[in-house]
Amino acid sequence: MALDKPGEDYEGRTSYTHVGTRVDRPDGLDKVTGRAKFGADAHAPGMLHGAIVRSPHAHAKILKIDTSKAEALAGVKAVVTRADFATGLEGEEWNVLENVMASDTALYDGHALAAIAATSSLIARDAVKLVEVEYELLPHVTDVDEAMKPDAPVIRAGQQSKLVPEGMHPNVVNYYEGGHGDMDAGFAEADLVIERHFTTEAAHQGYIEPHAALATLGADGKGELWCCTQGHFIVQKTCAALVGIDTSQLRVTASEIGGGFGGKTTVFLEPLALALSRKSNRPVKMVMSRSEILRATGPTSSASMDIKIGMTKDGRITAGKGVFRLQGGAFPDAPAGMAAECSFAPYNLNAVSIEGYEVMANRPKQAAYRAPGSPMAAFAVESVVDELCKALELDPIETRLKNASREGTKAAYGPTWDRIGLVECLEAAQAHPHMQAPLRESEGRGVAAGFWFNHGGETSVSLALSEDGTAQISVGTPDIGGSRASMALMAAEILGIEYENIRVTVADTATLGYNDVSHGSRVTYASGLATINAAKDAVGKLCDRAAQRWGIDPEAVIWEDGCAKPAGPNAGQFDPMPLKEITQRMGRTGGPISGHFEATPEGAGVSFGVHIVDAHVDRETGKTSIDRYTVIQDAGKAVHPTYVEGQFQGGAAQGIGWALNEEYVYGEDGRLQNTVFLDYRIPVASDLPMIDTVIVEVPNPGHPFGVRGVGETGICPPLAAIANAVSGAVGVRMTSLPMSPPKILKALKEQ
Amino acid sequence: MVEVNLWSGLRHFTDGAVTVEVEAKNVGEVLEGLVKLHPELGDIIDAGVSVAVDGKVIASGLTEKVRPESEVFIIQQLKGG
Repeated sequence: MALDKPGEDYEGRTSYTHVGTRVDRPDGLDKVTGRAKFGADAHAPGMLHGAIVRSPHAHAKILKIDTSKAEALAGVKAVVTRADFATGLEGEEWNVLENVMASDTALYDGHALAAIAATSSLIARDAVKLVEVEYELLPHVTDVDEAMKPDAPVIRAGQQSKLVPEGMHPNVVNYYEGGHGDMDAGFAEADLVIERHFTTEAAHQGYIEPHAALATLGADGKGELWCCTQGHFIVQKTCAALVGIDTSQLRVTASEIGGGFGGKTTVFLEPLALALSRKSNRPVKMVMSRSEILRATGPTSSASMDIKIGMTKDGRITAGKGVFRLQGGAFPDAPAGMAAECSFAPYNLNAVSIEGYEVMANRPKQAAYRAPGSPMAAFAVESVVDELCKALELDPIETRLKNASREGTKAAYGPTWDRIGLVECLEAAQAHPHMQAPLRESEGRGVAAGFWFNHGGETSVSLALSEDGTAQISVGTPDIGGSRASMALMAAEILGIEYENIRVTVADTATLGYNDVSHGSRVTYASGLATINAAKDAVGKLCDRAAQRWGIDPEAVIWEDGCAKPAGPNAGQFDPMPLKEITQRMGRTGGPISGHFEATPEGAGVSFGVHIVDAHVDRETGKTSIDRYTVIQDAGKAVHPTYVEGQFQGGAAQGIGWALNEEYVYGEDGRLQNTVFLDYRIPVASDLPMIDTVIVEVPNPGHPFGVRGVGETGICPPLAAIANAVSGAVGVRMTSLPMSPPKILKALKEQ
Repeated sequence: MVEVNLWSGLRHFTDGAVTVEVEAKNVGEVLEGLVKLHPELGDIIDAGVSVAVDGKVIASGLTEKVRPESEVFIIQQLKGG
């Protein structure tokens, strides 16, 4: 698709040789044969095994930790507590340390208090039971609305930002308020105004691979760390700060990763393994159990939301108001502001008001789950839009098209939209056969749109050519969605060599400059842009060598189809010189040829998606079955369409779990009740239909090939689309997630 | 001068203004200019904000160019999963 207004980075190509093809994945053989090395697959001679002492209480003062019995157990080599970590940290580093090792107060069930290294995992776990902790129990709160009430226990005083309106409880730590237009006039103009309250429970990212690390840290302050993470450079920086060493002295290598989805963007057991290694003078390996993952690593925020939307009889939205309260655990930073900014993004509104409250509760520190804050906001807003459409007998897609954000309209969060692909997604949904398929009895169809910002971030890539004409690329972003294949395809496009002749490696922290985490759907965009430019850097040097050999100016040489060529007849008559011919002689014509690129690209380009869902509800049991699911999303340019479709399907599958079953269940005592997958029910293959996908390509002006990130937007519409389908099936508006069978039966009973 | 639009919650620290004019050629100068005019915005900006320039969301880059006619919005700091 041609772009009528190319940006400064977009090349505007109309055809590609490699980009857009469905080549074999480079990690396929390793993964199907079990050869791929994940976090727990690392071993070192003489290594110890670590285990963590965790609080069984939701909120308690730690009066005393007695580790003497544990230390006396045969096989125990080291015990660490908060005293073994750096002091004087501030801001987010202090928060991360406080989350991975409590100081004087246990802030949630599962909060780490001490860690033990022993000669076997069994001994380490036995030693955990010998650690005696004296607590003074404190009142606790785990619900977001309860945590905001005047009589709620104060979790951590003094954390409140000055943005928070006066008089709010100290658990409200930050506040965002935005919007534009005259709200009263907007609602007055409406023929129908609907106002509803919504809640969502926390859901875990549910990655199958547990957190795992193998650490070595000597008395000389030099360390090595192997771990499964979405970003080993942030692990390096954070761990070095937490154990009090220089960043450069810690080399971190990222393992293969078995899922992250935002949950592996920070550290949990890595600094503990380093501290234990330093104390024991031995390598220390740590692997979390599923129970530890659920209790102590980031689920999403839970949310409480109020939405009010006005609409005219012909389907024009006249005003929209949203209040979003997100609980972020016992720490600041719940994505309430992001929820607010994303909430009305699909709509062109003259009057909109958005507010977000970040709230603390006695739960683990929330972490991103694909697009933080956006899915719950979309659930609330898109549910009310659906209800308005039904009440006014309007087509849900036609209505969304009528109100759709497009280039030149003003976003709810302020700016004027650049080139965006919402309209194209809605039109693709409208034309999709799914919309015309008949529904069976007790089945409902839901439609919803979703939005995410996407991200660029610090990025550094190196590309080295080999004598045989092949290329190696070093990237610093762990491959969580097929990025090694995408990088190779983009480099192949520039270099003019085959995809198979390129190997992409996720390099360790000693090899490249800083790279931000693989998050924000940024990798194919930012590492891709850096790979393209690193390849162009190498091509420039290849052209120089050809010019040198031909005895002409480097400017008189162009690169085409993998060969250096004279730019025109005036440059001279020379046969095209293939890449291999140049690299074979490179050692004797100036040395190795490499390309590099470092930048913080800022043209990520936002992304929209539209989902269509058919859900059947069994009115006797309350069980929901998803019968049909279609994901339509703007990918800008799909570099490897199979991986893009995989991201779309993954978002939908995770959304099905979040919408229907997954939830953190806390008891009256503030303890998490469902700490294994048997009780925390993520979808399995038999719960899912085939998930159809449509890739829309509206090029992103900020990327040479038009790429937009695709990893996160797929989680934005599902909660809403599924809720709209289920509400249609049961005939009752479902306003609380998950829509588990008991909730559906209750709704049916109250009907 | 560049007109900078703030999210409405920031008006409490700008004597009620939701748009502020600053002398700036890039995003870094926009943020510096805001703090110079309204020092109370300093710790909020230090805590992290993103800036949208002509519809393009600048997550963190201070060197991104801003023209006098640019549309500039201060928005929540971008985070991702």
